Amino acid sequence: MSGPKTLFDKIWESHLVDQQDDGTCLIYIDRQLIHEITSAQAFDGLRASGRKARRPETNLCVPDHNVPTTPGRGGTDEIEDDESRIQLEVLEKNAAEFGLPYISINDERQGIVHVIGPEQGFTQPGVTLVCGDSHTATHGAFGALAFGVGTSEVEHVLATQTLIQRPAKNMRITVNGSLPEGCTAKDLVLAIIGKIGTAGGTGHVIEYAGPAIEELSMEGRMTVCNMTIEAGARAGLVAPDEKTFEYLKGRAQCPKGAQWEMAVEQWRKLPSDAGATYDSEIELDVSEIVPQVTWGTSPEDEIGITGVVPNPAEVDDANRRSAMERSLEYMDLKPGMKMTDIAVDKVFIGSCTNSRIEDMRAAAAVAKGHKVADSVYAMVVPGSGLVKMQAEEEGLDKIFTEAGFHWREPGCSMCLAMNGDMLHPGERSASTSNRNFEGRQGPGGRTHLVSPMMAAAAAIAGHLADVRDLIK
Amino acid sequence: MEKFTKLTAVAAPLPIVNCDTDKIIPARFLKTLTRTGLGKNLFDPLRYDPETGEENPDFVLNKPAYRNSEILVAGHNFGCGSSREHAPWALLDYGIRCVISTDFADIFYNNSSKNGILLIKVSPEELEQLMDGAERGANATMTVDLENQEITNSDGEKITFEVDSFKKHCLLNGLDDIGLTLEKETSISSYEEKQKASEPWLYA
Repeated sequence: MSGPKTLFDKIWESHLVDQQDDGTCLIYIDRQLIHEITSAQAFDGLRASGRKARRPETNLCVPDHNVPTTPGRGGTDEIEDDESRIQLEVLEKNAAEFGLPYISINDERQGIVHVIGPEQGFTQPGVTLVCGDSHTATHGAFGALAFGVGTSEVEHVLATQTLIQRPAKNMRITVNGSLPEGCTAKDLVLAIIGKIGTAGGTGHVIEYAGPAIEELSMEGRMTVCNMTIEAGARAGLVAPDEKTFEYLKGRAQCPKGAQWEMAVEQWRKLPSDAGATYDSEIELDVSEIVPQVTWGTSPEDEIGITGVVPNPAEVDDANRRSAMERSLEYMDLKPGMKMTDIAVDKVFIGSCTNSRIEDMRAAAAVAKGHKVADSVYAMVVPGSGLVKMQAEEEGLDKIFTEAGFHWREPGCSMCLAMNGDMLHPGERSASTSNRNFEGRQGPGGRTHLVSPMMAAAAAIAGHLADVRDLIK
Repeated sequence: MEKFTKLTAVAAPLPIVNCDTDKIIPARFLKTLTRTGLGKNLFDPLRYDPETGEENPDFVLNKPAYRNSEILVAGHNFGCGSSREHAPWALLDYGIRCVISTDFADIFYNNSSKNGILLIKVSPEELEQLMDGAERGANATMTVDLENQEITNSDGEKITFEVDSFKKHCLLNGLDDIGLTLEKETSISSYEEKQKASEPWLYA
C-alpha cells in the first residue's frame, strides 16, 4: 500500500509478519494483558501441547473481574467464594509456571486490566495490544491497536506472539464542537453509539478525531475508546499527541532517557496522513448535547436526560419495534415517562469505562455537600489501587463517605456482577459502566448507563436526574 | 477442534436482534476452569425464570420439538458484547454446531470458528425464509453443507452462502491454528530481529 495512510494502516503494516494469498494475515502482538476469567483454559491448552510462552515478559497478569471490593478485603486466601478464589489461585500459579509478570490483589498496583495497562506505561502508542476482554479497545486512546480476543487467541498469542487476522476497514468519526457543561466523554460516546447503533462499527476500526476529541484528557479518550466495542467495532483509536506523551513519560514500563526520545520521535509519525481515505466517515457536533442516559437493554438505546421513554409504536422497522418492546418490558418502563421520573435503587461508580482519577473527581465534585437519598445504595469502586491512593490523597474518599457513598477496593465489581456486587431481580441502577444488557448487573437487574457526574446526581436525587440542576 | 463438514439437524428460530453474549452465557457462569459443562446455562436468562430457576416453557429450546436443535437461525448482530469464548463453548456444549444470521459480532465470529462452530451470514430475505423454515417445529430439519457452501431449508429450497476460505479450510479439516502458525517460526523470528533493532524499548 502506498500513498497517504491512516493511523490504523500504519500500525497494521508495521506488524505484518506474513500474508497468505487469500488475504489472511499473521500480525505480531507486542503486548497482552491477562486476567483470571478468560485465561485458565489457554494455559491448559499450552500445557496439553507442551508449549511455552514465547515472550513471557510481554504479558501482564492481574486479577480483576472476580475480586471482592469489600474494604480491607485481605489476600486471595481470604476470598470466601470458592470458585472465585480458585480462579485467582490458578492465575497466580499459571503466571509463575510460565514466567509471566503477575500483580496480586495485595499489590497497590492491582486494578482493572484496562486501568493499570496505561497506568504502568505497559500501553504505548503504535503497539498491538490484546486481552481476553472486549473492552481492550480502551488502550486505543494512546494510538495503540488494541482489541479483545477469545481464550483460544490468548493461547495463540502466548505460544506464537502473533494472531491470524484479516485487516479491518477504516472508519473515522469526527467530533466537532466543545462539550457543554455537565457533559463528559461518556455522554459523547453514548451519543455516538446512539447515532451509529450497536452494530454500526462491525468490521471496522474507528479512529476518533476532531476538536472535541483533541480537547479530551487521556482519561476521557480512554472512556470513548473503551465503549467502541458497544458500537460493534473491533478497536478505537485516537492519534497520539503531546497529551499522550505527557501522560506516559516516567511511567514504570515506558522507555527512559535516549530510548524515550527515540520512541517519541517514532510515535509522532503515527497520526493519519493528510489525505488518507476511510471506508466510512461520520461527523457529529457535541456542542448542543445534553447529559445522556440509556432507557433500554442495548447501549444504543440512549436519550438525553431531558427526554422521555420512547414509544415503540412510532417506529417503522418491525425488528427494531419488537426489540424496543422487549426492552421496555424488561426495564419495566412505559413510553412517555420522563427519564427524570425513574427511581433507582443502586448507584455504581466504577468499571473500566469510568473509574479513573478524573471520574472520581467529577463524581466527588457533584457529591460534595449532598447526601445519598435514603432509598439508594451507592458505591464508588476506584479502577486501581493507585487511583484509590490518589483519590484518598485528594480527600475524595471523605467527600464520598460523608455523602453516604460506600468507598471500595478496586476491581470490575458491579459492571458485570461476578464478585458479589450486584443487582437483585427487579432492582434498578444508575451505572457508569458500559453495558445495560439484560441481567448484566445481576439476573433481573435493570441498568441505566450514565456518566460519573450523572451517577452521583442520581444517588442524591434517588432517581435519574439532570446533573446540570445540581452544579448550577 | 472437531471437523465441520455436513450437518443435518433441527434448526431453532431465535429472532432476537442484538442477542448479546450476556444472554448467551451470563458472567456468573464464567467461574469455570474448563471449556465444557456450560450447555446447561446456555441462554440462561431466556431459558429459566430468574427468580425460581424453573424452565420458561415459551423459550424455543425448551419446546419438545427443539430440544435437540443443532442449528440456530438468529436475528441480526448475534453474539455482540463481551469477548468471552464461553459463548461458543456453551453453544457447543449444548450441541449447536451452526448459527445462521444476517451479521455476527467480530470477536464472537472468530471465537466460534476456533471451536468448530460454523457461522453463516445470509441476506435479510434469506434469513426470513430460513426463519420461516425453522418455525416448522418437528419438521424444521435443515442441512448445512460446508464443502458446497449450501443450506437446504426445511422445505427443500437451497440457499448458497459465502465463507472465508481459510476458515473453511480449518473447519473442514479440524485444524489447530497454533500448529499452523508455528510453521511460520522463521518469519516470526526475523520480524522480531527487525523490530528489536527499530524499537529496542519493546525488548527492554
